[in-house]
Amino acid sequence: MAGLKQFDLAEISVRELNQELHDAPAEAGLERIEIVNPDGMHSIVAGMDRAVDIEILGHAGYFTAGMNKLANVTVHGNTGWSVAENMMSGRVHVQGQASECAGASAHGGLLVIDGDASSRCGISLKGSDIVVGGSVGHFSAFMAQAGRLVICGDAGPNLGDSLYEAVIYVRGEIASLGADACQQPLDDEDRRQLAQLLEQAALDHDPASFTRIGSARQLYHWNADARQEY
Amino acid sequence: MCGIIGLLARTDDCRARLGELVTPMVLCMGTRGPDSAGLALFHEPLRNGHRRFAIFHPDRQYDWPAFEATCRGTLDSELGCDVLASHASLTTSSSPAEVRSLLARSFPDLHLLSVGHSMEVFKDEGLPADISELYEFPTMTGSHVVAHTRMATESLVSPAHAHPFTAGEDFCLVHNGSLSNPNSIRRQLQRKGVEFETDNDTEAGCRFLQWRMSEGDTLEQAIEASFSVLDGFFTFLIATADRMVLVRDAFACKPAVVAEADDYIAVASEFRSLAHLPGIADAHVYEPEPQHIYTWQV
Repeated sequence: MAGLKQFDLAEISVRELNQELHDAPAEAGLERIEIVNPDGMHSIVAGMDRAVDIEILGHAGYFTAGMNKLANVTVHGNTGWSVAENMMSGRVHVQGQASECAGASAHGGLLVIDGDASSRCGISLKGSDIVVGGSVGHFSAFMAQAGRLVICGDAGPNLGDSLYEAVIYVRGEIASLGADACQQPLDDEDRRQLAQLLEQAALDHDPASFTRIGSARQLYHWNADARQEY
Repeated sequence: MCGIIGLLARTDDCRARLGELVTPMVLCMGTRGPDSAGLALFHEPLRNGHRRFAIFHPDRQYDWPAFEATCRGTLDSELGCDVLASHASLTTSSSPAEVRSLLARSFPDLHLLSVGHSMEVFKDEGLPADISELYEFPTMTGSHVVAHTRMATESLVSPAHAHPFTAGEDFCLVHNGSLSNPNSIRRQLQRKGVEFETDNDTEAGCRFLQWRMSEGDTLEQAIEASFSVLDGFFTFLIATADRMVLVRDAFACKPAVVAEADDYIAVASEFRSLAHLPGIADAHVYEPEPQHIYTWQV
């Protein structure tokens, strides 16, 4: 197939793989990349800066597709900690489960996790959209500043603790909300945006079945009377 | 950092290949813990109530034949003594009190690593790859094994500070994380007569759990109690003669991955360590949840 290149991580190191992908000139015509034997290795395709389809055929390790720009990365398996951390644009799709800190500090693009994400999903989110087909663990969207986190399953304890202006949509049960996170009305604009995100993630849920969680903005200003009990 | 590794065999073939399967897992986690390494291996219980005592001396040329001769003279003329570098494995009908008394009296520079009918601990300071070779990890056979690669953060790098830590008999623990109140736990237990060998945080956790069990708790009850007593981060992998038990603290910032396959249960800090196990593609691979106690029977 034209434009398809396969890399075998049993043969080359992650560093060699990433260097080759970073260095490949635009005219090389790479359109699709397949990576076999990822075997849980860390930092696979971190730092991509081109529009290219990447398929990782197996379980990947920490920082998979970290700092991604433009690339469309699909992981046919699970990922370790911090998948798509600091993503700027593009799309990262995990077909299995994602471990902790999925999408940490991501600025743009879309992260889709078909299975469950673990704790601290979307921590410090700065503008990306994250759609989780399953459930998320504790302290998800901790201090999330901008962007949207859609959780089709349940959310663990302390959801949205110290939330800024990111918005969370949850379809299932919420174990508990974190400090300053609160339930807010789901309006037509929310439903429209949810429908769009669910469609992008190829998930078939009724947008009206979600609960909207946002910031109560009570932590924005220091309150000496609260004695740090929020 | 630190790496933890566990492998519990579910077939005879896997039991025969336990060392061959677990060694690459340990070496892979060497990047998380290059300071020291160790493992606790569980065999069929010794017959006639005999026990195995794993004994350590830092000098790899230590005069073990002289030690063995003294043991035969004082303890048990039928005892066995297998030596590997700094490690001697004593099998005897003598009681732990008799062996401890002999060590204290005549061999104060020897360190008792483990006591049990099934368990044997090997641990030393150095690169995991070197320790694995020195103590012939790949040739080991048995029902289950827990292992550790250490990156020291809170106490000395020494063979005694390497994991696994043991307390009582046939009970050991490996730990990824750090406890912030080991000194107060140690002081409280010492007042109750519990003896310590190091200033290590993991030893405090290990002895706390074993002390609770000696007071009548089940292992599950002891672990539940630890949630409110142990302050800090932990992923604990615990082994007894017939079980392997995994638990993470509420915050769960120290990783673990489990693979349940037809032939084995495997646990490691990272999936990398499990990636080359036979049949891993068909195994149920998952991340353990915080404060959930996972138990697998031998």
